[in-house]
Amino acid sequence: MADSAVLTGEHFLIGDVACAEGALAAGCRFFAGYPITPATEVAERMARRMPRVGGVYIQMEDEMGSMAAILGASWGGLKSMTSTSGPGFSLMTENIGLGMMTETPCVIVNVMRGGPSTGLPTLVGQADVMQARWGSHGDYGSISISPSSPQEMFDLTFTAFNLAETYRLPVVVLTDEIVGHMSEKVIIPKALDIKLAKRPKPPASLAREDYVPFMAVDGLVPPMATAGEGYNVHVTGLTHDEWGYPVMKDTAQERLVRRLVDKIRLNVSDIIMTEENGLDGQLDAVVVAYGCTARSAREAVERARQKGLAVGFLRLVTVWPFPEEKVRELAARTGVFIVPEINYGQIALEVERCSGGRAETVFMGLMGGTMHTPEEILAVIEEFSSRRNP
Amino acid sequence: MRELPGFDPADLKAKVAEDHGLHPMDVYLKPGRIPHIWCAGCGLGVVLSCFAQGLKRAGLEPRECAVVSGIGCTGRTAGYLNMDTYHTTHGRAIPFATGLKLSKPDMSVHVISGDGDLFAIGGNHMIHAARRNIDLKVLCVNNFNYGMTGGQVAPTTPIDARTTTSPYGNREHPFNLPHMAHAAGAVYVARWTSFHARQLVVAISETLQKKGFTFIEVIAPCPTGYGRPNKLGSGLDEMKFYRENSVVRHGADPSEVDIGLKGRIAVGKFIDVDKPTFQDQYRAMVGTLGGKGKK
Repeated sequence: MADSAVLTGEHFLIGDVACAEGALAAGCRFFAGYPITPATEVAERMARRMPRVGGVYIQMEDEMGSMAAILGASWGGLKSMTSTSGPGFSLMTENIGLGMMTETPCVIVNVMRGGPSTGLPTLVGQADVMQARWGSHGDYGSISISPSSPQEMFDLTFTAFNLAETYRLPVVVLTDEIVGHMSEKVIIPKALDIKLAKRPKPPASLAREDYVPFMAVDGLVPPMATAGEGYNVHVTGLTHDEWGYPVMKDTAQERLVRRLVDKIRLNVSDIIMTEENGLDGQLDAVVVAYGCTARSAREAVERARQKGLAVGFLRLVTVWPFPEEKVRELAARTGVFIVPEINYGQIALEVERCSGGRAETVFMGLMGGTMHTPEEILAVIEEFSSRRNP
Repeated sequence: MRELPGFDPADLKAKVAEDHGLHPMDVYLKPGRIPHIWCAGCGLGVVLSCFAQGLKRAGLEPRECAVVSGIGCTGRTAGYLNMDTYHTTHGRAIPFATGLKLSKPDMSVHVISGDGDLFAIGGNHMIHAARRNIDLKVLCVNNFNYGMTGGQVAPTTPIDARTTTSPYGNREHPFNLPHMAHAAGAVYVARWTSFHARQLVVAISETLQKKGFTFIEVIAPCPTGYGRPNKLGSGLDEMKFYRENSVVRHGADPSEVDIGLKGRIAVGKFIDVDKPTFQDQYRAMVGTLGGKGKK
């Protein structure tokens, strides 16, 4: 008997393993990767599980190869994934660009550690946030999701596949060493309760020769014909027209790149996910956090609210696209944004940009290797609350 | 921003109605893509034709095949073939094709790319795919230089040859591609030149019958990038050179088929062996688990 791809029930798992299980539950049947701390456990779980659920596991020679292989497998019709950390993510960015240009659904897990370069292989960092958005050259819309717990490593990896299939692009699960390596209870639902999104396909009624592979008929995402279906599609990383043929003209570039950005930009209301607490009315402070940092921030805000402070919590579940409208709106009714993150100020820049000078942005940085404590964040909340309410 | 320019799918259809289907091999060519971009005298047109004829000889329908290319002049080959074709990033055709083959095990997956793409920037992928014996059909067109960028030194450029980045003559030892492919584990290794069109068609159709990682090197003229600085004459002159200087040495030891600037070129089928592919091994492993894995 084959093993079930969906391990329904209650488990005690580390985040990396929960991530692999989320992918399998989402229907991922191709994994290509390369060992790297602190993401290796994702690959190890896949190596054990893939052969038992009818999927393919392959350990590639490097991360450039891993990323290329998952693109190839996606065009072969399988849901595909790779996992890595900073140095490997840097190597993948080239082919993430190919995935963006060729609109190839797949998922990349980046379990962030301290950088730059080899940095802190075994310890936490959150400094790849801008890289996840802008890492490959050129303009493109992108999606990065940031789980804060092993349960979310399952749930949001699953969601990442649905978003990748719906919008036809590589989606990044941007997590960190702490979330990847912590153990917590993970509840895996019944297979029947899992809602799978499918990539748009050319309608069966359409004649093969009438299919225009990169023309978005309905909305901004073109239907995708995979290999062997008889559509004879040409897929290229060169600027191409709707036929998929290379066209070295400004007009083709304008049409293609604007659509690659717009298919995300104009769908932000369907893509963006946030967790919110106490964001109503006039506020002294809003704490904005994501990933492992959100765990301390959530606790700090809760304690501050128990003390009667007018403080809200905005957690970025999708780091990209950034919830610009939400932050703009909050900027009009809060004194400060407090942004703890394990880097030298990345999401803090976005908050500052969107607040447009209406609210102050207080950045709480750590360079990596450890996370903020709730007490540290609470102290900053109290400082700014008392400044506004002397 | 400027107003978004329009797109008319009828444009291509009109061009196709005019031009496509007149030639008996057009079934293998994507509608509306010819003329190609290659220079006069380039060997790539011959390779494209031989590839299509190889498929025909082996009785393969276009929909059973996929072609993956990297970047460069040879990388453009994929775009002319009327099948599922993937023009990927520089050096990454082989790992992309690996993912495609493992997800579509019944398709015949081909990699057609150049010497720089497959052996410089993509060298690591090449040797590892051969080592794993992934069932890929690799056709490497070697023109001894980077043609697309205007003729720079490559890992295949012979000693003393001049290019724009070896203006005083190349001082680096070149790779012997059949030797590398063999050492890394390829089950079929052959070399022909673009002069040997018939032998090349046979070799291509032979690799289609074989399971595993096959490798054919095709020596081809690049009169624009490599021929001119080395005074090799026109593309036609280079074809004459191949005719006069190629020596058929079937079964030759791949370690002895190096190519010099104006020396003899050993051609033929050097290696033809059988061993289990990655997929054979994977299937066997799944069998021991009692799982339902089918790939």
